[in-house]
Parts: sequence; C-alpha cells; structure tokens
Amino acid sequence: MSPSSVAPLTTVPNAAPASTVAAVDVSGISFSYGERPALRDVSFSIARGEIFGLLGPNGGGKTTLFKLLSTLVPLESGQAHILGHDLTLESSALRRRIGVVFQHPSVDGLLTVAENLAHHGRLYGISGSRLKERIATMVARLGLDQRAADLVQTLSGGLKRRVELAKALLHQPELLILDEPSTGLDPAARRDFLSHLEHLRDQDGATIILTTHHMEEAERCDRIGVLHQGRLVAIAPPGELKAQVGGDVVAITAANPVALRDKLQQRMHVTAAIVDGSLRVERPRGHEFVRDVVEAFGNEIDTVTFGKPTLEDVFVHLTGQRFHAGAQQDGR
Amino acid sequence: MSGPVLQAGTLWLREIQRFRRQRSRVIGSFLQPLVFWILLGAGLKASFRPAGMPPDINYFQYLYPGFIVLVLLFTAIFATISTVEDRREGFLQSVLVAPISRPAIVMGQALGGATLAWIPSCLFLVLAPLAGISLSIGAVIVAALMMAVIAFALTCIGLLIAWRIESTQGFHAIMNLILIPIWLLSGAFWPVSGTPAVLQWAMRLNPLTYGVAALREGLYLGHTGGTASMPGFAFSCAVAIAFAIAMYAMAARVARRSTAF
Repeated sequence: MSPSSVAPLTTVPNAAPASTVAAVDVSGISFSYGERPALRDVSFSIARGEIFGLLGPNGGGKTTLFKLLSTLVPLESGQAHILGHDLTLESSALRRRIGVVFQHPSVDGLLTVAENLAHHGRLYGISGSRLKERIATMVARLGLDQRAADLVQTLSGGLKRRVELAKALLHQPELLILDEPSTGLDPAARRDFLSHLEHLRDQDGATIILTTHHMEEAERCDRIGVLHQGRLVAIAPPGELKAQVGGDVVAITAANPVALRDKLQQRMHVTAAIVDGSLRVERPRGHEFVRDVVEAFGNEIDTVTFGKPTLEDVFVHLTGQRFHAGAQQDGR
Repeated sequence: MSGPVLQAGTLWLREIQRFRRQRSRVIGSFLQPLVFWILLGAGLKASFRPAGMPPDINYFQYLYPGFIVLVLLFTAIFATISTVEDRREGFLQSVLVAPISRPAIVMGQALGGATLAWIPSCLFLVLAPLAGISLSIGAVIVAALMMAVIAFALTCIGLLIAWRIESTQGFHAIMNLILIPIWLLSGAFWPVSGTPAVLQWAMRLNPLTYGVAALREGLYLGHTGGTASMPGFAFSCAVAIAFAIAMYAMAARVARRSTAF
C-alpha cells in the first residue's frame, strides 16, 4: 500500500471485501461496573465511510461503549465485530486497523510533536524511513509542520488536539474511534477539528465513531445513536430524529406549571409535558399555538419560547428528560 | 528490530527523553537520600556501632550502600505514581490500545524507570571518597551493575503495585507499610547478625537484603575484612538477579490481567 495515503479499503490484507462487511456490528452488549449497569442490551451497526455519533449525557454509557469498541476493556456479554474481526478473539489484529483518540490527552507534553508521533509509530511496528515519511505526511496534513520540533506542552489546546488526531492516524487506520474529541476546545477549534474528520471521511473513506454531548457536533454526524441510561434509545440521521418531534417546540414557563398544564388539557385539548419545571409542547404550526396560548392564559405565563426542534428536543422527546438534567459525574 | 523489542525500546526512549527535560526531578530524588545519609551518618558515627558490623569501617561508611538503594527506591516509587497517572490521563492510554503485549509494555516501563533511578544513584558513587571508601575501577563496575539490577527489581515492584491500583489514593499507605520496611529490613541500617531472631528471619527472607549485601561487597571490593558476617557475594548476586526476574514476571502477569481503567 502507498505510504503517503490511506490505502483503499479493498487492498488491505486480511480484510474481507469492504462492501460486504460493516465497519462495526454490535449486538446485545451489556456491561456493568459491579452492581451499576452502564450498558444494557445495546445493538447497532455502522457502515463503512460513515461518521457515527454516540450522543448522550454524562453517565449515559457512551464512554463505556467507547472503551469496549477501542479494545481497552474486554466485552462482558454480547457480540461485536469490528472491520470483520471478532472484538474478543481477534483484538490484536483489530488494534492495527483502528485509531483511537481519548478524551484526556494521550500526547506527552514533555516530548515534541515529532517525538510523540515517532513513539506511536514504533508501537505499531513502523520504523526507519517509513516512519519518517509517515510523520512528515501527518504533520503536513494537519498543519503542524511549523511546530513539529516544539514541545507539545507549548501548543494551544486546538493544536494539541490536532496532534492527537495526527497520532491516531499515523498508522493509517480504517476506523477512527474518538471519545469526546472536542473536550476543552473553543467553538472555532471544534469546527476546525470536525472539518478534519469530514475531510478524512470524504478523502480516505475512513469510518469514524465519536462520542459527544455537544449538539453541534452531533448535528454534523451522518447518523447518531442516542444513549440514555445505558440503552440505545434511537439511531438515525440527525434530520430524521428531528422530524420525529411533532412539528415545532413551544416551551412555556409559568408560576404554576401544573395548573397551566391541566387548563391546557381541558380547554385546548393540548397535552403538555412538564420538563424541568417548564411546560413543553410539540405542535405543528407552533406560531399559531403561541398566539392562542398567550391570548388565553397571558396572565399566568412568564415566558414563551418557540423554535424548530433541535437534537436537544429530540432527547427530551425520547426520554422525557432534559439533556443536562440529572447527568451524573461519570468518568467511565 | 523485531516487534516487542522495538515497542519496549520506544517506551524506554520516551523515559530518557522526558528525563532530559525534567532534571529537577532527578536532582530531588538524589538530594533527599544524600541529606539523610549525611545527617544520620555524621550524627551516629561517633556513638553508634551495631553488633556484627565489620570492624574496619565506621557507621557513616556502613550506611552508604543503603542510601544508594534509597535513591533507587524513591525513583521507583515515582515511576509507580507516574504510571497510574499516565494510564488514566496520559500517554499510556494510547499504548494500551496499540498492538503491543502487556509484558512488552512492562519491560519498556521497567527499563525506563530503572535507567532513571540508576543515573542519580551513580552520582552517589562519585561521593564514595567522602565516606572514606576509595573505589577501584572493578568496584565501580560491580557496584554499578548491581545498582542496575536492584533498580530494575524495585521499579518492577512499583509497577506491580501501579498495575493493580486504580488511583494513587492510598498509595502512601502501601509505600509506608511495604516499600519503606523492605528497605529498613535490608541490612541498610544494621547487619543481620546481632538482631532479635524475628528480625533476623525477616531480614533473611527479604530479597532486598541480598541486593544490598551484593552492592556492599562490590563497593568494599579489595578492602579485606569489610564483608564479614554477610551472605556470600556470589549467592547475594544470584538472589538479587532472581528477585529482579521474579518481580518482572509478576508485574507482567498483573499487567496482563489488569482492567483497572
């Protein structure tokens, strides 16, 4: 295979033909930390060349799923095939073909960019002139050429993330798995990082899995799986998920939300949910509903907001809970 | 180079590269034992003579090899703490998902940690004249080799602990209850003979006793009479080397089974 670009999928040795094998095929995965279940009967599959987002609040199980898919933690129950390899039985063959980006930095701040990449390459059995060539290619591709000889600890947060990506891509993986890749990045750096991922998919046909709790990031995925309390509650393209929400979303805050909900039910035959203390109504032609509800109950209403559904609304629609409410601290 | 050698070698090289950029850490691990040695040695030299100590040396000289081992121990403890942190939020995360076997990871870590411990302990050799020990070339070579073996063994003990625990919380207890007593009972402070029977047995069963003895005998090479009442040199070397190999094997085994991340 050519050292300067990611090889076409069909020429990868030992790989089954790309068209017939899904990048990821997972069925019935459950996992628990002692008594506490982290994943419950999760099944899904990901096609080659797809950017797949795992969306969920902290504690939803996405980091656990990341650890299983990246071979960091062995599978407890269920089946998983990644790039045609059995996750449990063939993890060392699989490791050569996947690239992993962690939430916490895995680059060594006391080493230069080039040194970090060199160590990574040697861990994957790459050395000598081929290693030099790969490092040169990756720093050029991620715009790090000017900083290759600098210590990583002197780089900005955005550049450090690019080094993480350069490192994960050095051995030309066919599948890239990222855990919360935009942690600690400002919005501009996050968009920049996402563009690199899209470029990777479009130019190299790489498959990408990322976990995220950023809606903006999830919107740019080809498909997303929504994880809630260890269950995969939905899996679809972002637009399709948003279409599941019935029309527009109207949120009303009131001094007495329960009383207002009952009145809406009695007088307007509208079913409203109380989410986090405010009323939430999904309606087609939401603007008309806003007008009606303000005319009828103007005295009891504090604020009314109206908008097209976002992925946050999708999450509320699916789980009845707000995305950031009740999120538990969970590093796993 | 074949796979595991290249892989372990690159992990070793990383430690050397880091070492070159944080010299203060090395100076720290060297200075603390140096100060202890000088204070304890100078203070106790006049009044303190444990039973069974060779007749032609003073207590300052007697303490010298033990404090070389303390340099090695402190650095090994540091390697342990940095391994735990490295695995949770650092470079080691990506090593764990690379196609490298756990025993190869442990070998790279152990060689790296041992080298980092060995370099400051060699600075101690320079101070030998201060302790009244004039070292022959042969003694320096033997001592340096034995220090490398002990450094490797102690680093492997540190790694054995590091691969078992999830956080560095509670590590101080492990250090004070296991690592420091191993050092205290290694013959660093007093000879085996002349102590209560229970302590004698504890010291005889302590593998580090033989490491310290081999180092001591290496340092006294050519100084007749200095090595009385200690296990034989060849036997001590053999035990120390076997100990290092056993600690590596255990650390590799623990690492292979570890899922503490």
